[in-house]
Amino acid sequence: MDPALLVLQTINGLQLGLLLFLVASGLTLVFGILDFVNLAHGALYMLGAFICASFTIALDNFLLAILIALPLTAFAGFVIERLVARNLYQRDHLDQVLATFGLILVIDTCVHIFWGPAGMAVPLPDWMEGQVRITEDIVLPTYRLLIIFTGLVTAALLYWLVNRTRLGMLIRAGASNRRMVGALGIDIQTLFTFVFALGAMLAGLAGMLISPITEASIGMGNNIIITAFVVIIVGGIGSMKGAFIGAMLIGLIDTLGRSFLDSIFALFMSTAAAETSAPAVSAMLIYIIMAVVLVLRPQGLFPPKVR
Amino acid sequence: MTQGLSRSTVATVILLGLLAVLPAVFMAMDNEYYVGLATRLVILGIAATSLNLILGYGGLISFGHAAFVGIGAYAVGIPVHHSLFGGFQIVASNNGLFHVALAVVISALFALITGAICLRTKGVYFIMITMAFAQMVYYLFISIDTYGADDGLVIYQVSQVPLIDLSEPLHLYYLAFASLVAAILLVRMIVNSRFGMVLQGAKGNPERMVTMGYNVYRYRLVAYVISGAMAGYSGALLANYEGFISPDMMDWAQSGEFMFMVILGGVATTLGPILGSTLFTVLEEGLQIVMDWMEPAVEPAYVALFGRDLEFEVYWHLPFGLILIFAVLFVRGGIMGLIRGGKD
Repeated sequence: MDPALLVLQTINGLQLGLLLFLVASGLTLVFGILDFVNLAHGALYMLGAFICASFTIALDNFLLAILIALPLTAFAGFVIERLVARNLYQRDHLDQVLATFGLILVIDTCVHIFWGPAGMAVPLPDWMEGQVRITEDIVLPTYRLLIIFTGLVTAALLYWLVNRTRLGMLIRAGASNRRMVGALGIDIQTLFTFVFALGAMLAGLAGMLISPITEASIGMGNNIIITAFVVIIVGGIGSMKGAFIGAMLIGLIDTLGRSFLDSIFALFMSTAAAETSAPAVSAMLIYIIMAVVLVLRPQGLFPPKVR
Repeated sequence: MTQGLSRSTVATVILLGLLAVLPAVFMAMDNEYYVGLATRLVILGIAATSLNLILGYGGLISFGHAAFVGIGAYAVGIPVHHSLFGGFQIVASNNGLFHVALAVVISALFALITGAICLRTKGVYFIMITMAFAQMVYYLFISIDTYGADDGLVIYQVSQVPLIDLSEPLHLYYLAFASLVAAILLVRMIVNSRFGMVLQGAKGNPERMVTMGYNVYRYRLVAYVISGAMAGYSGALLANYEGFISPDMMDWAQSGEFMFMVILGGVATTLGPILGSTLFTVLEEGLQIVMDWMEPAVEPAYVALFGRDLEFEVYWHLPFGLILIFAVLFVRGGIMGLIRGGKD
C-alpha cells in the first residue's frame, strides 16, 4: 500500500463524509422532528448544484454564486414544505415515501427541461485550483481541503445552532415531543418549515460544493440520498452526532474500500480473484455495514436520548 | 359492504375479461405493439401482486422488490448467455423450465436470507434495509463484466418451453396472463387461509398475535419468501418479453414503481395490483402520446428560449410525478377505493 495514496484517499474519504453529513444532517433533522421520510432530499442537493452552476457561469464568481444559491435552495425547500410535505406529516411512512418519490420525478424532470440533459461543469476560481504540497510525496488538491474546511465549519455552526441557541432548543424539544412543544405555545408549523428549509439549504450546499468536482447532473441526488439514508440509519435516526459520525464512517469506508479492498483481498486470495471480487464488494460495502448495524443495533450507533 | 364487494367483483371480471380477449383482438388487427404493452402490463401485474402479499396484507413495506424481479430476469439471461457463448456449464441452458426453476429458487433463497435479517427490524428501518439489500444486488450485477455490467445483457434466445413458442407475442402473452391468474388465485388462497389470517392479524397488531402464541416472525418470513419467489418468476417472464436485462431493472426507482402500482391500485385488494400496473402502463404510454402531441406547439418557443431541442420522451415523468403526489394526497385506498365508492 502506497502511503501517499493512503493519505490522499483518507482526505477524499473525509471530504465525502463531510458532504454526506451536510445531506444527512438535514435528513435526520426532518426525520427526527417531523417524522417525515423525505426521499426528495437528494433532489434539493441536485437543485443546489444546478442553481450554483448557472450563477457561477453567469457571474463568473463561484463564491458569489454559492451565496445566491443558498437562499434559493432554502426557498425551494420552503415551497416544497408548504405545498407537499406539510400535508404528509400525519400520514404513514409509506405515503411519504411514495409522494416524495413523485416529487423526485417532478424535480428531476423540471431540471431536465430547464437545464437540459447534459451535466453542467462548474469552473473554479484560479486560487482554488491549485494543490498543497504537504511532504515530498503527498500533494493535496486545494479545493478538496476547502470542502473539508467548509464542511467542518458548517458542522460547528450547526452544533452551535442546535445546542446553544433558543431555536436549537425548540428543535431538540420538537424532536423529543412535538405535541408538547405545540401545547406550550410555540408555533410548531413555522418551526417545521424552518427546519425543512434549513435541511434543504444544507443539502443544496453539499451539491454546490461537489459540483466543481463531479459537475451538476441529473440523478446526482438519487445517488447521494440512498447513501445519506445509510448514514442516518447507521448513526441513529434523529441524532445530529450520529449523522456526523455515521457520515465520516461511511465516507471513509466507502472511499478507502474502493481503493484498497483489492490489495486487502489479495492478502488471502489470488490476485485475479481479488481483482474481480473487490469492486463488487466495495460497491456493496456500505450496505453490508448498514445491514450489520441494523441487525446488531437496530436503533443505530448513536440514537437520540429521548423519544 | 355487500354492494362494495359486488362492485369489486364486477370490476375483477371486466378487467380479467378484457385482458383475456383484447390482445387476441390486437393481434388480429395486426397491432403487435399493443400486445407487447399488454404483456408488460400483465407481467408487472404479477410482480405487483406478489408485492401486495407482503405490503398489502402483511403490512411489510418492502422497498426492494425490484431485486427479486431482477434476479428472476438474470436467471434467464445468464443460462442463455452461457448456452450460446459457452462457459459455466452447470447453468448453461436454454430450457425455460430450468430458467423458471432457477428464478424461483434463487429469488426464494435471496428472500429467505435477506428476509431473515430485514424482518428483525420494523417501520422505516424495514423500508431502508430492504432497499439496501436490493442495492447490493444492483451493485453486484453492475460489477460483473461477464454479464455486461451496467450495460446489461441482450438475451439472444427466448426460453425454450414445451408446446409454446415464447418468441410468438401471443404465446408469451397468454403464458403471462395464465400466470397472472394463477398468481391472483394463489394470493387469494394464501390470504384466506389460516396462515393469511395470522399474517393480516400481525399487520394490525403484531403484539396481539405474539400473545396469542403465533410466531409472527416466522409467518412473515414465509410470506416474504413466497412473495420473493413469485416476483422472481415474473422477472423470468419479463426477461423473455424485453429480450434484454440490465441492473437498472433492480434500481430503487423500479422498486418505487412497484410500490406505486400496489398502493395506487389499492393495497390489500385482489385486483388492486393489476389495476395499479394497468394505470402505470397506461400513464406511461398515454402521457408519452400526449407529450408527442404537444411537441409541435411547445417546441419552437422552447428552442427559442433555451437554444436546444426538447426531449419529450422523458418529460412524461413530470405529469406522472404530479399524479403520484396528487393521488397520495387526495385518493385514499387507491383505484379500488374509488371503485368501491369510498366504502371499505
